[in-house]
Amino acid sequence: MSARLKHHSALPGFGLTLGYTVLYLCLIVLIPLSALFVKTASLSWAQFWQAATNPRVMASYRLTFGASLVAALVNGAFGFLVAWTLVRHQFPGKRIVDAMVDLPFALPTAVSGIALTAVYAPNGWLGRPLEALGIKSAFSPLGVTLAMTFVGLPFVVRTLQPALEDLDAEVEEAAASLGANRFQVFWRVVLPALLPAFLTGVALAFARALGEYGSVIFISGNMPMKTEITSLIIVAKLEQYDYAGATAIAVVMLVASFVILLAINLLQCWASRRHA
Amino acid sequence: MSAHVATQPGRKGHPRGALRESAWVRGTFIALSLTFLGLFLFVPLVAVFTEALRKGLGTYWSSVREPDALAAIKLTLIAAGVAVPVNLVFGVVASWAIAKFEFVGKSVLTTLIDLPFAVSPVISGLIYVLLFGLHGWFGSWLAAHNVQIIFAVPGIVLATVFVTFPFVARELIPLMQEQGTEEEEAALVLGASGWQTFWRVTIPNVKWALLYGVILCNARAMGEFGAVSVVSGQIRGKTNTIPLHVEILYNEYNFAAAFAVASLLVVLALVALAAKSLVEWHTRRERALAARPED
Amino acid sequence: MSIELHHITKTFGDYVALNDVSLSVPDGEVVALLGPSGSGKTTLLRIIAGLEVPDPTPGSAIIFHGEDMASQGVGERRVGFVFQHYALFRHMTVFENIAFGLRVRPKRFRPSRAEIADRVNQLLRLIQLESLGNRYPSQLSGGQRQRVALARALAVEPRVLLLDEPFGALDAKVRQELRRWLRRLHDEIHITSVFVTHDQEEALEVADRVVVMNQARIEQVDTPEGIFHHPRTEFVMNFLGQVNLFHGRVGDGKVILGPSEFEAPEHEGTPLRPARVFVRPHEVELETEAHKEAGLPATVARVHAAGPVVRLDLVVEESGDTVQAELAPERFAELNIAKGSKVYVRPKAMTVFTGAPTEEPQ
Repeated sequence: MSARLKHHSALPGFGLTLGYTVLYLCLIVLIPLSALFVKTASLSWAQFWQAATNPRVMASYRLTFGASLVAALVNGAFGFLVAWTLVRHQFPGKRIVDAMVDLPFALPTAVSGIALTAVYAPNGWLGRPLEALGIKSAFSPLGVTLAMTFVGLPFVVRTLQPALEDLDAEVEEAAASLGANRFQVFWRVVLPALLPAFLTGVALAFARALGEYGSVIFISGNMPMKTEITSLIIVAKLEQYDYAGATAIAVVMLVASFVILLAINLLQCWASRRHA
Repeated sequence: MSAHVATQPGRKGHPRGALRESAWVRGTFIALSLTFLGLFLFVPLVAVFTEALRKGLGTYWSSVREPDALAAIKLTLIAAGVAVPVNLVFGVVASWAIAKFEFVGKSVLTTLIDLPFAVSPVISGLIYVLLFGLHGWFGSWLAAHNVQIIFAVPGIVLATVFVTFPFVARELIPLMQEQGTEEEEAALVLGASGWQTFWRVTIPNVKWALLYGVILCNARAMGEFGAVSVVSGQIRGKTNTIPLHVEILYNEYNFAAAFAVASLLVVLALVALAAKSLVEWHTRRERALAARPED
Repeated sequence: MSIELHHITKTFGDYVALNDVSLSVPDGEVVALLGPSGSGKTTLLRIIAGLEVPDPTPGSAIIFHGEDMASQGVGERRVGFVFQHYALFRHMTVFENIAFGLRVRPKRFRPSRAEIADRVNQLLRLIQLESLGNRYPSQLSGGQRQRVALARALAVEPRVLLLDEPFGALDAKVRQELRRWLRRLHDEIHITSVFVTHDQEEALEVADRVVVMNQARIEQVDTPEGIFHHPRTEFVMNFLGQVNLFHGRVGDGKVILGPSEFEAPEHEGTPLRPARVFVRPHEVELETEAHKEAGLPATVARVHAAGPVVRLDLVVEESGDTVQAELAPERFAELNIAKGSKVYVRPKAMTVFTGAPTEEPQ
């Protein structure tokens, strides 16, 4: 018997729905994305290299990747704390707080951009006290990091919450009955079980921060070589009709995104295999 | 983020008794968490409304009703009005194909659907400029036929469709996969046609997830900034959506007006969050009912 | 309405679920498809329903009362299917679930609202759930849901009733009750029924005819008595009920197990050869005194006296194998044995298999 591409099913409509889905994906996703790669292919290697690695762009890479990483780690640490508190502790208003964690996800990026700027600008509510301490929050790499922390906030919390809820209370009790103290139970039993979810959350926050545009450009000040993120350079090049330059940089960012997406998928495969 | 409820067996929840952290530790955790969230979430939220009302309620209303603002609202509604139904249809169709059948290449398809989440919004706009812009693939053809996509409404709609198309599918696919195909098979054996099965059995089973997907899709459609900014050209009164209008006002130092218009979107976001809580509550309740022990 | 299956083969990729299976179900009978997981029984049931399509091998056919079903899809065969996990429409009430099949008929064939209501109420009375018409499936117990699933299947007046492990997910007591209830229902309605089960007790109790399946093939089709007392293959022997297996030799008018010989006139005239000898626990006789025909020496390892019969675990001295015996309480009292006693094991009846495991018994 030949191996079938598809199991026979009594349910109708497979051909129609699959066809429509593939068609839609081609039109909306694949063809436009391929335009990107085709355009890049039209550049010579030297041109590509020049566009993708000139000093201004390199500075933006350092800022974008660096700030995203810091933001992802901050979200990792605090996100863990928040997820733990939300799952394991009770306090008044917990439902509202839980729902609000999704705010960065639901709020338009431009709105969060101007809101964050208003808060952290030199005369803003938090900016003023920080300024007094000599810390420049807005219009600096710190501002960029703060904005990226905001947008990445839900990711770690939302990937850890289900994992925490799925933990078997009995496993922790077994460890305790065998003599482990609370810290040991946490370090040796709970934390390793949460590791895949935690890493996935951090990776997602990192990916989101990398590509972030709207929330960041207001608070960053956009000074070339200092506080300019890569997405902004792409937009600037487009405004100058330098399509080639824009696509070269875009390809670099896209490849980075794909690598992270792949890493996340692998992480989730690893996680499900551990639990199988 | 889809509404998720824990599903593995075993006794769930935090351990009681000797394994609970002491009250002192608990208090610190809660305090720290609330401080972190307060700093990053509540403060900016409050700031929007404070700044919006800084020049008084009168200025607030006039900013929102100013002609360019109204044009921006209209364009945003058009973009969402097209993107949401189109992506709703796509989401339902794709979920049916992916969740109810087994076939080669399924995971490739689901990865492709997740793509807009991995791609920066600026790049999402860029790819359409590359296709339809003056120097793009179809640029000369479009110019010859006097059709404008980039820097015009169609381009904005297209970019909005791209960034929002996964939302409904991502909500439906895991749910439909979990629900399986037995109810549909039962309906077919009883003599129902494919359509009848779909409308009477499949859709009612996913109605809450569908609603939530539509709300998320709509929120993102109305709030999309990066992608739309690239394709719109930002011609005042013509190709500005609400987020772009906010940016323009802000760059002109017209802060009160910018925040006033922005507050519209904040309300929208809060509605989306409330809807999500509602959906989760319903899902949790249905699951609790379904998991009643057999007697 | 009778069902005939000719040369049905079904593969899923490399996995063979059914291998050239042919079966005939007479009109009005209850047939059980019995076998372990992976034997192909559920696949066969689904093929009858039209939920799966058999491989297009030559000669393969599905025939309902003389009519070839090849051209008729799953909605057109007028079969009632009861799923293992009920598959009730969770967002419809019990009433709406049962009415579903009637409501989705094309306008021409659809009964009026009043007629549908009548029929549904009739069925609710039949399944004894008249007061629960407005409840949702999540508000019912497992046994109640199963009855609703049955009523839903019956509402469209099917020609055949198919049930996939109908009582598998229920408690033992509820299972027994529903089994009896189903049998009574069939006595009233006389609809041709085929059900799948891995529970032999269920198959033997409910069915008119039992089809034992194993590894994509049919091992034996017979009445329950035939299956139990006259198994035709080793698999059937092993699968149903408890059984003791001895490796010995057979031929020349006797059966040799270990050091003991037993007379077996039915094996006159055949050469002595190795054989697998099956003896059911209730066919094992025990003696306490040694004599020529006494049997295999063994020691009593355990006595289970809490039940309608006394069950004994015996360890055969020579081989160390464990033999299970069942004795009536009176006989056990007569023998006056206990743990550690020495006894002699003699089989009253034996089923002997020589040659390949799928051949008939000798």
